[in-house]
Amino acid sequence: MIELKRITKAGFINFSRSGIISWAAVLVVTITLCVITAIILLQAVLHFSLDQIKEKVDVTIYFAVGAPEDKILSLKKSLESLPEVEKVSYVSAKDALKLFRERHQNDYPTIQALDEIKDNPLGGYLNVKAKEVSQYESIANFLKSDDALVSGSTSVIDKVNYNQNKTVIDRLNNIISGAQKLGFLVTLILVVISVIITFNTIRLTIFISKEEIGVMRLVGASKMRVRGPFMVEGAIYGLIATIITLIIFWPVTAYLGRTMTNFLGINIYDYYISNLFQISVIILLSGVLLGMVSSFFAIRKYLNK
Amino acid sequence: MIYFNNVSKVYNKDAEKGSSIALDDVTLTVTTGEFVSIVGHSGAGKTTLVKMILADEVPTSGTVFFESINVLKLKNKELTKLRRRIGVVFQDFKLLSNKTAYENIAFAMEAVGKTNEEIESDVPHVLELVDLSDKMFHFPYQMSGGEQQRLAIARAIINQPELIIADEPTGNLDAINTYEIVQILKKINDLGTTVILTTHNRGVIDSVGGRVITMEKGKITRDDKNGKYVI
Repeated sequence: MIELKRITKAGFINFSRSGIISWAAVLVVTITLCVITAIILLQAVLHFSLDQIKEKVDVTIYFAVGAPEDKILSLKKSLESLPEVEKVSYVSAKDALKLFRERHQNDYPTIQALDEIKDNPLGGYLNVKAKEVSQYESIANFLKSDDALVSGSTSVIDKVNYNQNKTVIDRLNNIISGAQKLGFLVTLILVVISVIITFNTIRLTIFISKEEIGVMRLVGASKMRVRGPFMVEGAIYGLIATIITLIIFWPVTAYLGRTMTNFLGINIYDYYISNLFQISVIILLSGVLLGMVSSFFAIRKYLNK
Repeated sequence: MIYFNNVSKVYNKDAEKGSSIALDDVTLTVTTGEFVSIVGHSGAGKTTLVKMILADEVPTSGTVFFESINVLKLKNKELTKLRRRIGVVFQDFKLLSNKTAYENIAFAMEAVGKTNEEIESDVPHVLELVDLSDKMFHFPYQMSGGEQQRLAIARAIINQPELIIADEPTGNLDAINTYEIVQILKKINDLGTTVILTTHNRGVIDSVGGRVITMEKGKITRDDKNGKYVI
């Protein structure tokens, strides 16, 4: 315990006495944490945009005029039991007509034609929303199967718009999957570059002390006694860099929230504030671990004497 | 206490452009309580020899014993324990630049696991011994060469080591400071601590007396019980 106290105290003293070198290391760790925070926010924007696109995709099953409602509701139940399905909403033939009239209320010839027909020319339909865009195909395959689709020998389904939209859905699916992969790759590359730069900066600060490390070993200090204060210094770099990063992103997200909400589709400031705790934990852990682990490995070379 | 058995050290042994022999088949015994001066020109192998006691240099062949311990076979932890039994003074002081005089000595005490109470009582005492009480909270760069070397000696003796190695301790000092350092080392030896001093300063050898080992080109050429500087 006394050893831990001494190591911690030495770490704080070394940090305060190293002056500009300490602050240079803090700056580099801050840049790394800014990159990580920016990536977190960009991922949020990307996911929000993709979710928005996914929201707009669905499959509609149009039923033949006069299709028995119990058959439609039975199909609705079967669809709801599928693991891929998130939501199924039923619009009856009557409601379909009502919606159609509302949609075309200014289109006089269409309304007049409807009035002349007298009978409802529209069938009901089911609107199916899958959990993932990629799952629409398996839902479509289910609809192609014989289960609950026929009334006697006649099919109750007029058409399924999946087949018409298949190309668009497939392309969208590819775009979403590509965007996610690209986002992950860009994240990985940026994080790796930042970590390498941070590691090298911390290695440089330890290189400056290499002679002193040798002296400490010669006066009989254990490896932990020599390494410990450098690791504490690394943790301090991470801690201070976290505070600076959180402060920097406060006005930056506020500005983006004011000016870019329409473009991004999400208020980045609201997102930042509502997720401040999680973001703080992520970047604090990243910063402290990065500082400590970099110090641990950077000093190793000079300890084996 | 210390035994070198046919120790050789060759740098760049496999280099095509020729190797450099630092030590050539050196056999030497140092007994407890001795004051041994090792003299020789630069490059004679003095520093290489004393560094081997600390396992800071590894011989190409031969063995080095500290009492019954084969220094070269020590693992990391055992080596750390051995170094705690030896005090070292270097020509360039090798003080910890970002620590005050007090902290430099306290660090050596912390390294051997002394308590805070022991540190608080012993550090001012040893600083008084080397006449640095008024520099207790000065950093090395705020002290003169002589003061830094006295501080290095204070650090070396604080844990009451069995052996003091002083490698050219007066190399960077003027005559007055050299005299002071030699007197301190003699006092330490009088109290029973073995001292090994390397130097090429004739004045130092003449004022110390005792055993003088002369080295040339990695070999011991003279070993006199009451020797003089004869290079």
